[in-house]
Amino acid sequence: MDGDEADKIIKGKTMKLEINGEMRELDAEPEMPLLWALRDVLGMTGTKYGCGIAQCGACSVLVDGVVTRSCVTPVGSLEGSKVSTIEAMEEDAVGQKVVAAWVKHQVPQCGYCQSGQVMAAVSLLKENAAPSAEDVRASMQNLCRCGTYNAIHAALSDLAGQENA
Amino acid sequence: MARIFLDDAANGSGDDRFAAPAQPVNLSRRRFLLGSAGAATGALVLGFGIPVGPARAQGPAAPAPKALDVPAFLEIRPDNTVRFLSPFMEGGQGVFTAMAQIVGEELDMDPAVFDVEAAPAGKVFQIMFGGTMRITGGSMSVRTSYDTMRRLGASARAMLVSAAAQRLGVGSDTLTTEPGKVIHAASGRSLSYGELAEGALDMGVPEAGRVSLKDPKEFRWIGKPVARIDMHAKSTGQAMYAIDSQVENMLQAAVQHAPRLGLQPGAIRNEAAVKAMPGVHSVHTLDGAVAVIAPYWWHARQAADALDVDWQDPGESADVRYMPADFATEAFTKHLSSQTGRGEEAESAGDSAAAFASAAKVVEGEFTSQYLHHAQLEPPSTLARFNDDGSLDLWMPNQGPEIFQAAIAAKTGLAPEKINIHSPLLGGFFGRHFQYTWGNPYPHAIALAKATGRPVKLIWSREEEFLRDPMRPMAVVKFKGALDAEGWPVGLDVVSVCEGPGEGIANKRGEKLDDSALEGITAKSYAIPNRRIAQLYVKNPITLAYWRSVGNSMNDFFYESFLDEMADAGGKDPYALRLKLLEGNERLTTLLNAAVELSGGWKRGPFTAADGTRRARGIAMASPFGSEAAAVAEVSIQDGQVVVHDVWEAIDPGSIVNPAIVEAQVNSAVALGLSQVLVEGAEYEAGMPVARNFDVYQILRPEQMAKVHVKIVESGAEMGGIGEPPLPAIPPAVANAVSVLTGKRVRVMPLSKESFEA
Repeated sequence: MDGDEADKIIKGKTMKLEINGEMRELDAEPEMPLLWALRDVLGMTGTKYGCGIAQCGACSVLVDGVVTRSCVTPVGSLEGSKVSTIEAMEEDAVGQKVVAAWVKHQVPQCGYCQSGQVMAAVSLLKENAAPSAEDVRASMQNLCRCGTYNAIHAALSDLAGQENA
Repeated sequence: MARIFLDDAANGSGDDRFAAPAQPVNLSRRRFLLGSAGAATGALVLGFGIPVGPARAQGPAAPAPKALDVPAFLEIRPDNTVRFLSPFMEGGQGVFTAMAQIVGEELDMDPAVFDVEAAPAGKVFQIMFGGTMRITGGSMSVRTSYDTMRRLGASARAMLVSAAAQRLGVGSDTLTTEPGKVIHAASGRSLSYGELAEGALDMGVPEAGRVSLKDPKEFRWIGKPVARIDMHAKSTGQAMYAIDSQVENMLQAAVQHAPRLGLQPGAIRNEAAVKAMPGVHSVHTLDGAVAVIAPYWWHARQAADALDVDWQDPGESADVRYMPADFATEAFTKHLSSQTGRGEEAESAGDSAAAFASAAKVVEGEFTSQYLHHAQLEPPSTLARFNDDGSLDLWMPNQGPEIFQAAIAAKTGLAPEKINIHSPLLGGFFGRHFQYTWGNPYPHAIALAKATGRPVKLIWSREEEFLRDPMRPMAVVKFKGALDAEGWPVGLDVVSVCEGPGEGIANKRGEKLDDSALEGITAKSYAIPNRRIAQLYVKNPITLAYWRSVGNSMNDFFYESFLDEMADAGGKDPYALRLKLLEGNERLTTLLNAAVELSGGWKRGPFTAADGTRRARGIAMASPFGSEAAAVAEVSIQDGQVVVHDVWEAIDPGSIVNPAIVEAQVNSAVALGLSQVLVEGAEYEAGMPVARNFDVYQILRPEQMAKVHVKIVESGAEMGGIGEPPLPAIPPAVANAVSVLTGKRVRVMPLSKESFEA
């Protein structure tokens, strides 16, 4: 889009956000949800819009290591926080393992929810390196219309070093 | 570089630009065309269907083929990788991988080195049914293109071998191939396909009869659980969907649709205030909607939601599927139920009236299904860009580019070849992305791009999607079964009160019955000698659509549930009853037994499981989309609601390409089947949907998913589909289990509407 035009019509302020280890400046008003700041202002489309009301989890990112629904998180609330997105997961020790397990277990189908699923899994494993099947069930709440739920559990069981989901 | 094209001239379409022999063609000779079509220098390019010059049969005004019409399917590049244009869209069903496996098998090239993209719109990519059409639907991709794609791969391999023979100065018959290279064993020499591609540039494609296909016993990849080629991109956020499309100078749009279809925007009461909202570029009144445009979608969406539009109600008209202000699904269900007509016969056999007159016992049941959203997680979008040369580029989710191209040509007056349809990955589809008159964003996206003179990406918010998503039809179906003195079914009388999806999409009844209205009640394999199966057509105000497994998605629920009711009434076990009614049908007997064996033997219950819960099992079958399926489900009741613990499903698609993809598709179809039978249903009150997002509209949640056990049976019958066929047996298997466990017959989906006791 036309940068001059955006400057003219967006009456926001310049925000500074740490995204994937890099300080990024963006012109957006504090109310803009992180999801749209990522997708539209920064052009990072790996994080997905599914519902906009924190129901589906396709927009999940990590804020200070904790899974967060970016579609309802205003960018104004994030100054001083560290945001991690799917784009950086292969540079993260846990993220790398999760991505490898997703590929090994052939988890994705259409793939649209999987950025969010990977982020939820990374968050869970950062908090608990060996989650039980019950922990997985309690934490992995993102929706998947293709029904990859069993494959997600298989991948997480593998990561947690268990025999079965 | 060299390309091979397979010709589809024998399609009778009248488009002589692609007149060509019915076998692959080497397009590399048309180097001047290929370069501008994006093929790599020195690549071998093959396809079916080759532009042969200006139309022969048309008048002088007929356009000459453009460079971009060059329809390559397969490009073998100098770096020994392959680019393949798939006629079929990838939306999670694994078709890009399946295509790479099939072509790669005969080409002798590892599917993992294939770059697969969706082919653009074009006659040449219409390779289904003798070159007459191309859609991604009906679980048809692999089964309709299997032979074609094998021939394509085999032709390319033969050409590369010939090129190697020339290069090495040896006979072709002394050469063999290993993945990606030609070997001359006698001298220990080998050449990679990439090295040979240039040498094949000017070769003719071997005649069809001279290309031999592999003996399936030698298959290296077909039939194996080859890894899907898009897993890494889809696990790292790199996969690109239509909603991710961006072009230079693009604006974004959000709409507020008319609350009811058929209403039109009048004055915008707060137009000045909305225009003054942050980021807003402009406000546009459209057919049935008002749009706001902004550089960032969130601004457009905030402003579109804030619009206070005076919606005008012109009343019913033939031009639109009008939604009345008093429409409610509850009342409509009663309306369907109150119909007493006998309907129009779709299937009849024997003498149904006589069978009922002499029946020892007559069983009756009325069943009801619900409207369903597609609820694919990617909301619909379209990016439209008019180009300086008068052409129009569109990035849009679609299951049939030519269908959209034709519709857009009719709407805009542009020639079809001026309309470039780009087909990114689909973030789920399930039937959502066909052409639906009031159900796609592209007409508004095109209008907005025209109005602004800039590329515009229109995204429907989830709320606007659930207002305009055309839905899986509902039906009320009245069953009567006649049993003989021994309790065996001898007569069946069915009247389905419904509108079929095809009828809904056309917005009128066709001359013939809509097959998809009754599929799954008709064409069952059970030997019930006297049958009358009919549709009583009642038009719906709701817009209707295809939904994964279409009519079968609900009709097998009705039929297979009622079959259990007949079994109960006749004192028969439902498994034994099915075996009896399938006597002499080896394929289905084998399949049914396979499902039961997979579940560890037939155990109907109720019984007490190891964890102390009371459980029961149900069984059901279905014959959708060329394949056969049989399923067993085990359920318990928790807090009044049904829990499905395990599903064992045996599926016979005749033969398969990738067992791992089949297993994934069975999981996926089971999830959608469970979602439908357990929790899902779209309801209307006062002409409006009750649910506009996933807070109210329920789809299967992770904790509601059953364990899925899959048995693939390859009977060797004609190849069937795999995306849809595993779904229809699931709802009745669950319902039949619940009926055993609770002693109460289940006749209405979803089950979450009721509270159960075990």
